[in-house]
Amino acid sequence: MRRDSGVDLYTQGLDSLGKDCLRDEAEESGTFEQRFQTRVDAEEKIEPKDWMPEAYRRTLIRQISQHAHSEIVGMLPEGNWITRAPSLLRKTILIAKVQDEGGHGAYLYSATETLGVSRDELIGQLLEGKAKYSSIFNYPTPTWADVGAIGWLVDGAAIMNQVPLCRCSYGPYARAMVRICKEESFHQRQGYEIMMRLSRGTTAQKDMAQQALNRWWWPSLMMFGPSDAESKHSAQSMRWKIKRFSNDELRQKFVDYTVPQAEFLGLTIPDPDLRRDEAAQHYRFGTIDWNEFEQVLKGHGPCNRERLEARRRAHDEGRWVRDAAIAHAAKQAARKNSRAA
Amino acid sequence: MTDNSQDWPLYEIFIRARSGLDHKHVGSLHATDARMAIEHARDLYTRRQEGVSIWAVRSSDIVASDPADADTLFEPARDKVYRHPTFYDIPDEVKTL
Ligand SMILES: [Fe+2]
Ligand SMILES: [Fe+2]
Repeated sequence: MRRDSGVDLYTQGLDSLGKDCLRDEAEESGTFEQRFQTRVDAEEKIEPKDWMPEAYRRTLIRQISQHAHSEIVGMLPEGNWITRAPSLLRKTILIAKVQDEGGHGAYLYSATETLGVSRDELIGQLLEGKAKYSSIFNYPTPTWADVGAIGWLVDGAAIMNQVPLCRCSYGPYARAMVRICKEESFHQRQGYEIMMRLSRGTTAQKDMAQQALNRWWWPSLMMFGPSDAESKHSAQSMRWKIKRFSNDELRQKFVDYTVPQAEFLGLTIPDPDLRRDEAAQHYRFGTIDWNEFEQVLKGHGPCNRERLEARRRAHDEGRWVRDAAIAHAAKQAARKNSRAA
Repeated sequence: MTDNSQDWPLYEIFIRARSGLDHKHVGSLHATDARMAIEHARDLYTRRQEGVSIWAVRSSDIVASDPADADTLFEPARDKVYRHPTFYDIPDEVKTL
């Protein structure tokens, strides 16, 4: 099985860069191409109006928009708990966190637009079910502990991936990632704190935390995308300095950071094969169920349908507000014009 | 898409982090009018006290130089080293110069 996975995590479903892209690229002037690569090699940033290979542009549009969609859909599993958060403080924290994710989506749509595609087109693709977003957001959040597990593991995995993206060769994407990374640490820490409270609580609470870890552990590892052996276009993304580390490298780093955090909580990682490799200074982990990953990406995860329906409903129910805003702006403009006349 | 939000113009947003500093470009957003642009910019770019002042400029009103002209525009300054203080050799015994 070969799959394009030049990007990872929030954009793990990327399947662009077909033969047509590569052909277009070859047709473009070799000198421009060389000059472009020289700039990238020298760690110079590429800005919107600079010449860039068509395949680079298309890869970025696909990657950044999938990332944006993931932020937006990612508001849903946690949004599920806003009305039922266990205290007013937890509720305000969760609202702030979910609002941040909406902001991340907005920064990333802006960055995508600098590549010559409109936001409406991108949002249209999401609502029509044509766009991909991270598989992780298609899992349910049946308990409050899931909110803790998401912050700790899902935002934790996101940070692992997003920090290197701050040095991405495309300026607007890199700048959006800097802004996003500044906000992510709070997300992870509030999640870990929820897990800490629960694991120090009653037996029932500790059990709830363990169950949530059981649910989110493997899907979190899948967030890094297919293994390197399956990642056909990783090399090109690395050459363009869109990607800095391979999927497996980042996944390993995540496991190495996270296992001691689970131990501190007194929780058990749901992997019987997990063991410490002292010589290599790594935790070795069991085999990921790539079939599950494939199924979720194809739309057959536990909540794929529910997520898209929620997005569509929100879009439809907000239509009157958008219409009113446009009508108001038109009226104001007309009034201004008539005064000027 | 069957939506009319494509009519929402794009605004570039500039934020002054605190008084004494320049407004700095932070990104862009869509809004139906200037007031909405300011309100959205507040929600989007100043959730953690990142600013004390916001400028919103219609993106279509910004005139930008073309990267292709960079050589002709900026190159001529490169050989004018005499514009820099280090060009001039002054003996060490001359102080405060
Ligand atoms: Fe985010
Ligand atoms: Fe986050």
